[in-house]
Amino acid sequence: MPSTRANTDAVGAELLRLSALSVSFATPAGRVSAVRDLTLSVARGECLGVVGESGAGKSQAFLAVMGLLPANASVTGSARFEGSELLGLAPAALEQVRGARIGLVFQDPMSSLTPHLTVGAQIAEVLMRHCGAARAAAHAGALALLERVHVNDPERRARQYPHELSGGMRQRVMIAIALGGEPQLLIADEPTTSLDVTIQAQILALLGELRRERGMALVLITHDVAAVAGMADRVVVMRAGCLVESGTAAEVLKHPREAYTRELLREAVSLESGEARPAHARGVAAAPAARTLLSVRGVSVRFAVGTGWLGPVSQLLAVRDVSLELGAEESLGIVGESGCGKSTLARAALALLATSSGSVLWADRDVASLAPRELRARRRDLQIVFQDPLSSLDPRMCVAELIAEPLRVHAPAMDEAARAAEVAAALARVGLPRELLARYPHELSGGQCQRVGIARAMILQPQVLVCDEPVSALDLPTQAQIVALLGELRAGTRMSLLFISHNLALVRRLCARVLVLYLGRMMELLPAEHLGEGARHPYTRELMSAIPSADPDVQRARRTAVRSGEPPSALAPPSGCVYRTRCPHADLVCAERVPAWESVGAGHFVACHHWRELP
Amino acid sequence: MSEAAAAVRSGLWSDARRRLLGNPVTASALGALCFIALLALLAPALSRWGYEHLDWQHLAAPPGLTAGHWFGTDRLGRDLFVRTLYGVRLSLLISLLASAVSFLIGVSWGAVAGLAPQRTDALMMRFVDVLYSLPYLFVVIILTSLFRRGSILVLTVALGAVGWLTTARIVRAQTRALRRREFIEAARAAGVPPAAILLRHVIPNVLGPVAVYATLIVPQMILFESFLSFLGLGVQEPQASLGNLIYVGAQEMESATWMLLVPATFLVVLLACLNLIGDALRDALDPREY
Repeated sequence: MPSTRANTDAVGAELLRLSALSVSFATPAGRVSAVRDLTLSVARGECLGVVGESGAGKSQAFLAVMGLLPANASVTGSARFEGSELLGLAPAALEQVRGARIGLVFQDPMSSLTPHLTVGAQIAEVLMRHCGAARAAAHAGALALLERVHVNDPERRARQYPHELSGGMRQRVMIAIALGGEPQLLIADEPTTSLDVTIQAQILALLGELRRERGMALVLITHDVAAVAGMADRVVVMRAGCLVESGTAAEVLKHPREAYTRELLREAVSLESGEARPAHARGVAAAPAARTLLSVRGVSVRFAVGTGWLGPVSQLLAVRDVSLELGAEESLGIVGESGCGKSTLARAALALLATSSGSVLWADRDVASLAPRELRARRRDLQIVFQDPLSSLDPRMCVAELIAEPLRVHAPAMDEAARAAEVAAALARVGLPRELLARYPHELSGGQCQRVGIARAMILQPQVLVCDEPVSALDLPTQAQIVALLGELRAGTRMSLLFISHNLALVRRLCARVLVLYLGRMMELLPAEHLGEGARHPYTRELMSAIPSADPDVQRARRTAVRSGEPPSALAPPSGCVYRTRCPHADLVCAERVPAWESVGAGHFVACHHWRELP
Repeated sequence: MSEAAAAVRSGLWSDARRRLLGNPVTASALGALCFIALLALLAPALSRWGYEHLDWQHLAAPPGLTAGHWFGTDRLGRDLFVRTLYGVRLSLLISLLASAVSFLIGVSWGAVAGLAPQRTDALMMRFVDVLYSLPYLFVVIILTSLFRRGSILVLTVALGAVGWLTTARIVRAQTRALRRREFIEAARAAGVPPAAILLRHVIPNVLGPVAVYATLIVPQMILFESFLSFLGLGVQEPQASLGNLIYVGAQEMESATWMLLVPATFLVVLLACLNLIGDALRDALDPREY
């Protein structure tokens, strides 16, 4: 549409223009093309969203612009920044541009920060390098920048090392570093992918704020359509190195022309909306079923932190007094941010970790009373799917061996042929082709690995399946497929599901009941259909509002409501109600007394002093 | 099925082999090593002299074609070519056996310690620390003087007994790192018994880096054996090892240089080859995929 083109160009003069940019890599197997003939432009002060699955070439295109590709890459075409060509520029000249006039923020803030330098020193270094600031001035500048990216207590934070900061805090530091050279263009490559939904929303809000304040152009590269909705002025969709569609955010996200864009959007929408919830997840909501398969009673888990002369230096209470029951054919979701103890709880429930107090019962037998041999034998009824699909598979075993292993342990009498048939059937159930049987995990995609993990967990036909963040390491479209697969398997086998995630939307889609955890404490337990208006706890509401949406208008409205603040350290939890440091309704009572676990209605409990008064 | 699996596995290894042989330096080191090993095996057939045979006509003869003493003879008229190759044979045998011994003890000790509960692990590793802090030379001296001096078996056991400490530390560290990996937890969750976890999941995964370290212990062992023989604690006359040949050669250095140069050259070439191969193996097996 030529009219919109002219329109967007009028927002500001052209800052960066890529014309016919192609990137290919020389590999032992021949040339692999990563980007083909990409043409796009970024205007001054504009936010451009670049969307596509992993492997779409979106990162490669911008790394090529910055001259950051490995030596076996070859780049053709042109990339003009403020009218001057960047490709083929001498390294010294390129460094003048990189970091100073173009800033970069990467996906993984841990690996892009130097581990043995304090973050203050790392920001100061950029200031000294690009602005020629003196040491003292650079230090002051670093503090100002940390303050600017809303890092609380910048003096103290500046003296800390990257591993002492949370993921969201590290990403803020990365942004501060990128801002150090006062760039006109900030390229953010998947800046929120490794973060929790609540922190994602905060980081995106920060990027938007900085852009408006500094008149800086922003290129937001992501696989998550919802991350660009509400942020981007224009959106570019890429697939397999080619540009699929481009236009204003409203055009592309609300009225996509290309089938591929519609597919991406559909996946994003199906993940976010509770309406797509399959029927089997509803129904048995509140009333726990007659037969309890798994019951956790008042469980606490402590970890020793550090070692001193007289035993551990301090203790971390990862889970505190949590109780839950899972009946036959039931589905329970556990939600909370990273560090809230949800994975610890899952491991305690599966007797993979020792509990400090409380008891875990499998079908009314206390696991503490079981002999090791009997415990192992009973494990066949409770299986788990892990978060990281690659690292949960033994790299030295092929798919067939991996899937067959539980059978080898629990049905050693089965002969080879019968076992092979079972394995093939399990592979078919998770929708993988037979050819993969002889492959090794590193030869599979993330989604395929996770399917293998599910096949392995399902082959013994367990009564309870625990899923610990099974999709958070995956691409959005793959997430949708895995969630759909879990739904189908559950409908087919009538097993119970304990689903753990930081994403409330996913939990709502698969589970009938939801338990919300914060810093290892139970905040609210409620039927999934109450999640919308019925949620009583302010934290549950915060999680609800953090669910990303692919609709630009909805997303823009939500972003203004983003709560700031991160969970406090579990080593030094706040007194009284642990959530009070982030709660907008907190008062004196919250600091003094731990709220009681009160019943709100059928199957609905909440731990909040003010749940009755909340709107 | 297992055929298909084998195909993939051989694909992994053939890739490493291709990288090993593709490097001209490594390929020639491998060639030289094979050549020396072959010579050592065929030594009795190549020369008409035995390693103990005294040739009274040619005492301390310099290298040359005289009477088939290609590398010359020593003070007693024994053929240096044959003696050196016997020395290579013995040195290789002792060092390979000692490496195997230390590899076996080290891998089992380290893997068990790595998987054991904190207290057992600490106990096992402190034991290793204590052994580490004993001067290893004294340990070997005590062992060799307690038992029969110069016995190949005693020597092998003594060398193996000090060599496994580092292997155990490496394996234990690798196992500790693996323990935190989810696939070990996944195996536990599936109900796999601890012994099977050790054999099926832990050892195959630590073997890669450790196998490379093992190729680096072999030259260390040769060197150590030479050192012991040099001190008179190792292989005894009339048997020859590279160490005692060099010891004798060093005493004759001023009058008969070749007595030192011939065994020393073999030792240097052997060590250089093994070190080069060990280094190249580490690069070729670089586990970047996981």
